[in-house]
Amino acid sequence: MTLAPRTLRALKALVFVAALIPLGRLAAGAFFFPEWLGANPAEFITRSTGDWTLRFLLITLAVTPLRKLFGWHSLAAFRRMLGLYAFFYGVSHLSSYVAFDHVFEVTEILKDIVKRPFITVGFTALVLITPLAVTSTDRMVQRLGAKRWLALHRLVYVIAPLGVLHFWWMVKRDITEPAIYAAILAALLGYRVWARFKDRRRRARPARGPVVQPRPNA
Amino acid sequence: MVIKRPSDVLPSEITRPEVYARRREFMKLAAAGSILGATGLLAPAACAQTAKTLGLEKLEGVAKSALSTNEKPTEYKHVTGYNNYYEFGTEKEEPARYAKALKPRPWNVVVEGEVAKPRTFAIEELLKFPLEERIYRLRCVEAWSMVVPWIGFEFNRIAKLVEPTSKAKFVEFVTAYQPDTMIGARLPVLDWPYLEGLRIDEAMHPLTIMAVGLYGEVLPNQNGAPIRLVVPWKYGFKSGKSIVRIRFVEKQPKTAWERANPQEYGFYSNVNPEVDHPRWTQKRERRIPDFFATRQTVAFNGYGEQVAGLYAGMDLKKFY
Repeated sequence: MTLAPRTLRALKALVFVAALIPLGRLAAGAFFFPEWLGANPAEFITRSTGDWTLRFLLITLAVTPLRKLFGWHSLAAFRRMLGLYAFFYGVSHLSSYVAFDHVFEVTEILKDIVKRPFITVGFTALVLITPLAVTSTDRMVQRLGAKRWLALHRLVYVIAPLGVLHFWWMVKRDITEPAIYAAILAALLGYRVWARFKDRRRRARPARGPVVQPRPNA
Repeated sequence: MVIKRPSDVLPSEITRPEVYARRREFMKLAAAGSILGATGLLAPAACAQTAKTLGLEKLEGVAKSALSTNEKPTEYKHVTGYNNYYEFGTEKEEPARYAKALKPRPWNVVVEGEVAKPRTFAIEELLKFPLEERIYRLRCVEAWSMVVPWIGFEFNRIAKLVEPTSKAKFVEFVTAYQPDTMIGARLPVLDWPYLEGLRIDEAMHPLTIMAVGLYGEVLPNQNGAPIRLVVPWKYGFKSGKSIVRIRFVEKQPKTAWERANPQEYGFYSNVNPEVDHPRWTQKRERRIPDFFATRQTVAFNGYGEQVAGLYAGMDLKKFY
């Protein structure tokens, strides 16, 4: 299924706006409707932006499997934006922690990053996703060349597990939620392993059908 | 002839004038609520936040106490809407939602162990102890804090009635475990029933109270109805809720959190800015509902003058 350019543009605008709703809700709560954020608004904001970082990471990672399994090829057009939203919410998440929990005390923050494993992995994930956000423009893809760009962007296979691990280690006792994220992530990564395995087997046998060129954004 | 019949509306059924006077406010709120509710933007809980308290049974004859702080109490809606009570769910909003199922009457508290006169108290007997208001700071191990106007009596009053023997070195507090009403307790989140403990001298300290109310009324279920422990110089989890059994023992009890995670939660768990939780600093705290965690945490939660003597000569980094 491939969409007409016009439909695609409209849908992209819609997704762009929809992805801002979580942020809008937090901003409205912070400035106008305190009851939306409850007794501990800073914690609410940090948790919510963290949740959305993980959700966008998983949604981004779901694009390729959905595209291949169901032939929704137009989904590829959304992948960059979704990935950038993961980065955007990740930066918001870090900012909330820096401002509300540590009131910009740099030495305390650095101590936290070194001393506390869950913060170490979360911070590492955010550091690693930064070059992916920076190289997300068409010009950067050209400058790096498709091969090198692809290799760099495979970092997401490290970033997403680090993000889920960060959540897992943060939780005090009830790991239901991080376990759900971990299961989805395992399925999305598992699909890739399975697809590659199948691919290799197919290539080992003589080709029967027409040869399909692999797309650069596979 | 028209005979005037007495109204069959009871005085208690008539809306109180101050509530009636707020009817416009209520209508506006309801309208706003339905609009926002319809757009799915507003949590349903946010619609009913005009009442100052839940209007539970009032506690009468409550004396003031010199041990109260003069800090401003945290708003009732936060004290009763942001709770850690894992038997009713691990999210802070869940106890307020699910603890309605708890039945605080009838209720008995068994006091036993190394005592001369073991005894079972009905909650009604406990409510007859001379009650005091104790406005205490509450510091959670999760680095947030509140100020709560508790109502209760000193724990040592119970101890005096049961007469601990010389073997009583510690006190165990066992909390209610009712999987039929406690939806969170159906999961093995902690080793139920939740158990806490104090050294006998900590328990006998005048700051240690059994709370039966807050904000002038009996305890809301989510705050540990009908009776709970409050130890203001220790992290909040030491103050067990909905107590059913108090046991005087010779050996140091293994508390629920120690069993769950001994690296993170020690037996003493005194508020101590010098001993970090392995996953976050304890130097600062956030006073609910502030955004910024700017408040410096004070040793023993500011009660050092009264309680530091209990720990003379102890390395509090080792006995955290």
